[in-house]
Amino acid sequence: MNKIRKQRVVMIGLFAFGISLSMTLILYALKQNINIFLTPSEIHSTPPKVNYPFRLGGVVKKNSLNHFKNKLGMTFIVTDFKHDTLVYYNGILPDLFKEGKGVIAQGSFNAKGLFVATEVLAKHDENYTPYARNKN
Amino acid sequence: MIRLIGELSLLTALCFALLQFALPAWGYIKKNTYLLASARTLALGQCLFILLSFALLTAAFITSDFSIAYVAANSHPNLPFMYRLTALWGAHEGSLLLWIAILNGWTMAYTVIGKQHTLPFYSLVIAILGLISVCFLAFLYVTSNPFLAAAPFQTGKDLNPLLQDPGFVIHPPMLYAGYVGFSVAFALTQAALIHGSLEREWARLTRQFALAAWCFLTGGILLGSWWAYRVLGWGGFWFWDPVENASLLPWLTGTALIHILLLSEKRGTARGWATLLAILTFAMSLLGTFLVRSGVLISVHTFANDPARGAFLLCLLTFLLTAAFLIYAIRLPTIQLAKRPPIPFFSRDMLLTINSALLFVSMLTILLGTLYPLILDALHLGTISVGAPYFNLVMLPLLLIILLFMGFGPLCQWQSLSPKTVLRLAWPLIGIASLGAYAILWLILDDMTWVSYLSLALSLWVILSVRHHVRILPGMSLSHMGFAILVIGITLSSFLNQEQEMLLHTGNAAKIGPYQFFFMGTKETIGQNYRGIQGVFDVIKNKHHIAYLHPEKRIYPVREMVITKVDIHPSIFRDLYIALGNPRHDDLWSVRIYYKPFVRWIWAGGIIMILGGIVNLLLRKTSRLHLS
Repeated sequence: MNKIRKQRVVMIGLFAFGISLSMTLILYALKQNINIFLTPSEIHSTPPKVNYPFRLGGVVKKNSLNHFKNKLGMTFIVTDFKHDTLVYYNGILPDLFKEGKGVIAQGSFNAKGLFVATEVLAKHDENYTPYARNKN
Repeated sequence: MIRLIGELSLLTALCFALLQFALPAWGYIKKNTYLLASARTLALGQCLFILLSFALLTAAFITSDFSIAYVAANSHPNLPFMYRLTALWGAHEGSLLLWIAILNGWTMAYTVIGKQHTLPFYSLVIAILGLISVCFLAFLYVTSNPFLAAAPFQTGKDLNPLLQDPGFVIHPPMLYAGYVGFSVAFALTQAALIHGSLEREWARLTRQFALAAWCFLTGGILLGSWWAYRVLGWGGFWFWDPVENASLLPWLTGTALIHILLLSEKRGTARGWATLLAILTFAMSLLGTFLVRSGVLISVHTFANDPARGAFLLCLLTFLLTAAFLIYAIRLPTIQLAKRPPIPFFSRDMLLTINSALLFVSMLTILLGTLYPLILDALHLGTISVGAPYFNLVMLPLLLIILLFMGFGPLCQWQSLSPKTVLRLAWPLIGIASLGAYAILWLILDDMTWVSYLSLALSLWVILSVRHHVRILPGMSLSHMGFAILVIGITLSSFLNQEQEMLLHTGNAAKIGPYQFFFMGTKETIGQNYRGIQGVFDVIKNKHHIAYLHPEKRIYPVREMVITKVDIHPSIFRDLYIALGNPRHDDLWSVRIYYKPFVRWIWAGGIIMILGGIVNLLLRKTSRLHLS
């Protein structure tokens, strides 16, 4: 084998090794960092573990938003029109958040069984207006 | 009237595009000079009719011609004039027209710059650009015609308030100029493959176009990030949103491309890899367009939700890319590539190769994170999303390795240096960088972490290693420094960032960092197409008045949309940023206040990177003139 070919083989070998190594690490990282998306019905049928982070999706139930007096915190109910989940959130809601419209809340259940959201996202359609999830 | 002429002119442009592809391509096969020579005229014809459609649609927006459905859906008589001009690219149809107009602009640029080429090659490039144009014009005309008639008596639904921002006025044209610019590099590469000559001239010109496109793309991404920072009201500059990722994908392969083409141009090597990168960059631009325009994404800015559009675009994408990769696979082995000596490890050649491999891997990781949820969803394996933690986790080590090699780059020569020489040059710089980073962090950070230390030290190392090259290679030096400054900005702003969400009574104050924010009250504001409430904050540091900040909550009555208008007090070393939340009652508001040190450095670094690119382009042009 001449020198050029030898180097080429070494280079390709290193390249393949590097890519496979990084892909393994990347897939591992991916597995640890995906957010499962669950609806209230799915939670009802198989309740997730305490402190297991996931994304709760559904529609904000009408007249369910309840601000705490003189505190930032609030609760509201996310529904998929079959089951409801109560959400506690201590923060500022996005502009597109509306009762009767779609919402995604990132968070987990605490030991008392209350869903504590760390982030609330309002869903919207292509015109950036709040988007109502269709009833299935 | 405008509607009819606009539609006709689109159709004419489509015919011209078809001819622009078919006649020169046929002429190339038949070796017919007349057919080949028609390419330029046909391209000019297409360009004129696209410009006409573009001008007509703009006129329709200016005169609020609501007989056109697209205008009625995205404008309003009360919309300020500046936004009426730019509402054209505020939604799907118009932005595609902009895409095609920019493609025509780039084609025109090539018809002027490429004149020195032989006629068959020149016409072949124009024919390939024509083919791309045919695909997108057909897509525009069939699935998303901007000149469709509206139902009668429309009042106009107004432009989305989030898009009524100066950042948005130039963001889409800039971004598209970047995306589309890579199609010239692609066309040049395909033509060179078909023609059977990957000469240095090909590498030089492809690099010029790729570099110009890269400057635009960098600018587009920066503007997008700036827009998100100011308009979305979350104080973030990058959200790893699929749409943002879609713009980063071609940027990464494009950056790899301009580095590898340097190798092909100066050394005549790595031409197979360069061609592949050119195709991949174009593929990523198309993929970006597909992801954004097809509605497959769940994202902050998902645009079109029409399955027919998605299917059409996917077919186009498959067709163009299959053709491109077939040509690559068939033609590349027939081209005699230069016999090259083995690359020594401590040489610029090797570092450029490593750099391109690293950028390629970065691109794959982002691609994977972006497409993974789509693939799972398509296979009905559940709905998931991949959040920022994944991207931060995998991109950080890659970034650090890239920075490490970036520092070695300027220390190496084309010819190899002995490892000893390179290390002798490197040690003092590494020493200064590590000590400097330690000193800086000790001064400004309470608890130092490995991440902050390594990224700062490596950024300083990059800056130190290029400092001698500012005279010889000003473009490269500027771009590398800009990138290092950007990384410093990201590192410091994310570690020093302080934020608070709270309820604030008028007359009360919040303390964030060394600043106090006194909430003085609210007042009503009224604009041309909105009304709003403005909070007044007095910012005080050490009993000295710094500024008044006026964050706003606006309602745009046409769409009944409420948006938050943040107010920012910028300076070189820190931004103060206030966003109003919701009022509980008249004088009790929820507010979000950020103290963001060094956040400006991110965009400043990006601008320096672009300047580097521009300097590089200009200098190369003059050096070529000297030769001829």
